[in-house]
Amino acid sequence: MAEESRTEEVGLPVLGRKAPDFEAVTTQGTLRLSDFEGTWLVLFSHPADFTPVCTTEFIAFSKIYEELKKRNTELLGLSVDSVSSHIAWIRNIEEKMGVKIPFPIIADLNKEVAKKYGMIHPEQSKTETVRCVFVIDPESKIRAIIYYPLTTGRNMKEILRLIDALQTTDKHKVATPANWNPGDPVVVPPPATTEQAEERLKEGYECKDWYLCMKKLQD
Amino acid sequence: MPCVSPDGKPTSSGVALLKSLKNGALSPKEIASKTGQPLFRVRSGLRELKKAGFVEEAEGKYGLPKSGKCPCSNA
Repeated sequence: MAEESRTEEVGLPVLGRKAPDFEAVTTQGTLRLSDFEGTWLVLFSHPADFTPVCTTEFIAFSKIYEELKKRNTELLGLSVDSVSSHIAWIRNIEEKMGVKIPFPIIADLNKEVAKKYGMIHPEQSKTETVRCVFVIDPESKIRAIIYYPLTTGRNMKEILRLIDALQTTDKHKVATPANWNPGDPVVVPPPATTEQAEERLKEGYECKDWYLCMKKLQD
Repeated sequence: MPCVSPDGKPTSSGVALLKSLKNGALSPKEIASKTGQPLFRVRSGLRELKKAGFVEEAEGKYGLPKSGKCPCSNA
């Protein structure tokens, strides 16, 4: 009988749902997802320690660490390497590149966390995690997900922009348009009834039409 | 950082948490504010210290055990 080629299904987390809980060994001790309640969290995976693109990413993540702290946001890395490997790698980055890695890194040797978060995409690699980013809010809900392939390093400005956009949405009950950055006009939620659509045009927003109205936020 | 070393003694991070409790029990948020350590690290550290018997928890606040003395130096 011909052997069928099988593709292992990858379970992916869903926006708006509670992030899968975990308890994991990290470079800063054993951490649980619940340890981060009350703060925003960027949980990200990288394929492997001591690899070139990942090293550039770790340096870049370290450089936005203080900016993330200003946004009440913590960073938590993950790969399927051991704690010893993580420690050796971050010591090497500090020694050779002069950058201290301030955030914890999960040593997910048994892939327990990686599987819960759909971080292993077999067509990319059967053994390594792809470049995932999960933005998790203070109530442990998944608010945004980004997946990058092994070959492509992530853009830190986009990660900061994404957190700014999510926090702005929560604070002001608005949406953010394409290429939005803090200070730019935001999108007023679309009207749900014809009455609201007519009233919308009289409310002093900058409207292209009834369904596309923008406003400047007052700080 | 781990707050209890493999030999069962509190690490310097653990000692910093214990010192913050000298004047009475505090919540993890209060400890984070007092020590400047991130909240996630305080929660994780308190868990380790509690397991090792260095702190006690009551109604969400952590304090030094009444029976023991504060191991506030890991020297």
